[in-house]
Amino acid sequence: MIDKQVSSAAEAVRDVFDGAVVMVGGFGEAGSPIELIHALIDQGAKDLTVVSNNTGSGEVGLAALLKAERVSKIICSFPRTANSTVFPDLYRSGKTELELVPQGTLAERIRAGGAGIPGFYTPAAVGTPLADGKECREFDGQEYLLERGLKADFALIKGQIADTHGNIIYNKTARNFGPPMAMAAKVAIVQANQVVSPGQIDPEIVVTPGIFVQRVIEIADPAFESELVAAGVSYP
Amino acid sequence: MTHNAPQTSIIGRSRQEMARRLAQDIANGSYVNLGIGIPELVARFVPEGRTLIYHTENGLLGMGPSPNPGHGDPELINAGKRHVTANPGAAFFHHADSFAMIRGGHIDLCVLGAMQVSKDGDLANWSTGAPDAIPAVGGAMDLVAGVKSVFVITQHCTKGGEPKLVESCTYPLTGRGVIDRIYTDLAVIDITADGFQLVELSPGVDFEYVQERTGADLLPIANT
Repeated sequence: MIDKQVSSAAEAVRDVFDGAVVMVGGFGEAGSPIELIHALIDQGAKDLTVVSNNTGSGEVGLAALLKAERVSKIICSFPRTANSTVFPDLYRSGKTELELVPQGTLAERIRAGGAGIPGFYTPAAVGTPLADGKECREFDGQEYLLERGLKADFALIKGQIADTHGNIIYNKTARNFGPPMAMAAKVAIVQANQVVSPGQIDPEIVVTPGIFVQRVIEIADPAFESELVAAGVSYP
Repeated sequence: MTHNAPQTSIIGRSRQEMARRLAQDIANGSYVNLGIGIPELVARFVPEGRTLIYHTENGLLGMGPSPNPGHGDPELINAGKRHVTANPGAAFFHHADSFAMIRGGHIDLCVLGAMQVSKDGDLANWSTGAPDAIPAVGGAMDLVAGVKSVFVITQHCTKGGEPKLVESCTYPLTGRGVIDRIYTDLAVIDITADGFQLVELSPGVDFEYVQERTGADLLPIANT
């Protein structure tokens, strides 16, 4: 019998090690796996390389992980938020390194990493400062940059419904980076509002097939960044 | 080069009028990505009888207007992280698919704001290059590289009166040779092989007025 369900967020992130590459899903607060991130803060792993589109808001979730100084490098497309000084302070003090990547290139690097493709050419960022140091090649009269696939040791992802085989469906625009990150991580950990038995998700609507997911955890009533920030929460 | 354009000029089009003017040029049935700010206004002025399908790069095609206050869903947002709705016929998808739509040339039109546009169609709109700024790029570089047509909607000059349409951009580029057309408060201007080609002057604005506020030669409308 296959059963990928674990009973607590702490158990789900138990083996994240110092220096690990951790992909964190979410676009803003949509799809941000707050409970898994908080469990990772409690667990204590440090010197992490985080791959995520943003850097969180307030002092909860991803911003709290950064504030706890567990992240030595972040690979990110938009590390600026209106309501958080956590990342700007770390960046200016040199405590967290930033690799800035165009959003579509970030998504495709993650997808490629999960699909066994070590590199690909993209037209995005040709002629810009983000092309510096990258191989440029012409195909059919247009220039493209070589970008590398990205893999991770772990991915923290938020889904809506999971089954115990690891099949996942998502909620609206919270899907964002979940499916490609699940593919790119050795251990993809998905928190879902509901974990059901195999057969309870119609195979026709599965978004992430279970082969890409190693652990699922039910978080029935997940928190949202904006609610926590509005309530003045600072984690831990 | 410093220009002394009055800051509270009432000459030319308002933001709403610029958006209305741009909306006239979008064909029925287009798949459109609107950037944050003035570009978002375009959706309000689409002529009667035309249906556009809005793409937001965080993973929704068929984006609808903002919900009523208090009815927002934190997991139904646009690229500006604001609450939106999904129209009948909408689809959700993950980021790699979303940017395949963009990079793969499936989106017909993208409308963006600009800090500078050069006569060669280079766009700068993501960074001033200031050393203490937190660099953040988002999806702008992918959009300008992949979408079939890229329109800029912007004030003709900065708040300080500097031209935004320039010989060559001094700010870091978002893309090189990517812009097709510019809609400003003063004019509609195409990027051509010969540079800035005036297409249309805003009501009450003459050629010299626009040329004075443009940082490169402006080609007049050809007599036909």
